[in-house]
Amino acid sequence: MVSAALLSAIAVSCCVAAARFRQASWPRRGPYVAVIVWQVLGLAWGFSTIGALLAFGLAPYGRGVVGGLIALVDDARSHDLYLSTIAGTTLGATQVGAVILAFSLTLLLFSGLVASFVQVLRVRRRHHDLLGLVAHDDPEVPGARILDHPAAAAYCLPGVLRSEVVVSAGALEVLDRSELAAVIAHEHAHLRQRHDLVLLPFSSLKRAFPHVRMIEVYYRAVALLIEMCADDQARRERSPKELAMALLRFGASGTSQVPAGALAVTTDEPEVLTRVSRLLYPVQQLSRRQTTAVLSAAVALLGTIMVLWSMPL
Amino acid sequence: MNRLGDLERAVMDVLWQRNEPLTVRDVGRALADRDLAHTTVMTVLDRLAKKGVVARDREGRAWRYRPAASRENYVSELMIDALGETGDRDAALAAFVRSMNGNEAEALRRALEDTDEPRT
Repeated sequence: MVSAALLSAIAVSCCVAAARFRQASWPRRGPYVAVIVWQVLGLAWGFSTIGALLAFGLAPYGRGVVGGLIALVDDARSHDLYLSTIAGTTLGATQVGAVILAFSLTLLLFSGLVASFVQVLRVRRRHHDLLGLVAHDDPEVPGARILDHPAAAAYCLPGVLRSEVVVSAGALEVLDRSELAAVIAHEHAHLRQRHDLVLLPFSSLKRAFPHVRMIEVYYRAVALLIEMCADDQARRERSPKELAMALLRFGASGTSQVPAGALAVTTDEPEVLTRVSRLLYPVQQLSRRQTTAVLSAAVALLGTIMVLWSMPL
Repeated sequence: MNRLGDLERAVMDVLWQRNEPLTVRDVGRALADRDLAHTTVMTVLDRLAKKGVVARDREGRAWRYRPAASRENYVSELMIDALGETGDRDAALAAFVRSMNGNEAEALRRALEDTDEPRT
């Protein structure tokens, strides 16, 4: 029971920490560390919530979560998985309910991840097929394919063997040569570091819990951090001013209007402006000590949860 | 670009140019300068049909092929994907800038004017 209480406390604190973390200003000083923090918070929330349910449900075995799961499997086998018999013997009805809830949540999260992955692969394959038919190359624009559309857009299509950077004709119109190079460097950074894989668990979480505003907000926070990571990579090769100007020109071209209500996200400051000001007025990066402190806290959190899972408390 | 992809493009271009359903022979004739074997054209059209970008109808003994959508339609579809205007496609592509609402675009336009001034 102690571990159930502690794990619930951790699950709640993860939510509180996530809410405060989103408001914090330091993540933009160390986007890579911040992305790791988001991943750890997500993992910790999942494992502590499921762990708390299991610790409560399997408490009668007195063997902790991991030991309890093994005991449950043995028990279920000897009772032919007959739930009411299990409920009649060692576990009460609430406990069986908690275990079932834990399994359902695990299944939901897992299937969300798989479904999202499959969907992403399907979208990408279709996109790649169409791109091959309608996009063209331009010797003036090395490292990118061109799409004849008046709206300004630049993006990357990730893939193991066939990743591509695509720029629209509208984008070529608004950007000068050096700005374009900065944009392409930014997109290549996404592809090189496989940022799409970082974002995938968060988008699958969004799929598993649609209409949960909090998850949508967190997803966008991670997406913004990933853009900052790519900005940081691009400014190693190109000047930050070029990149900032490119961002501004994209935004101001105004051809990519969203129908009202399609993206009803109200941030205090437009995300693009956050990126622009970060490029134009560089903030101090996190010091090595601060980074170490944050990362050790993350490791400690995950370690605690693992201990609580395995110890019979 | 690989040769097969190149051929698929060429075949689609033929289908888009002619405003009528074409047989394998018609397509081969339109690409006469490439000197393609009949079976090659058939394979390419078959692949395109499997990808869902061409539709085919039987007419007598021969299939007639036509594009499933116009080139402009496909370009728009790609752009809609890219600008993230469909909710659940977020992680598939990473756009340089997501599409933004009117207020955001306005704020950017102002910021751009501020930045442009010192340059001129």
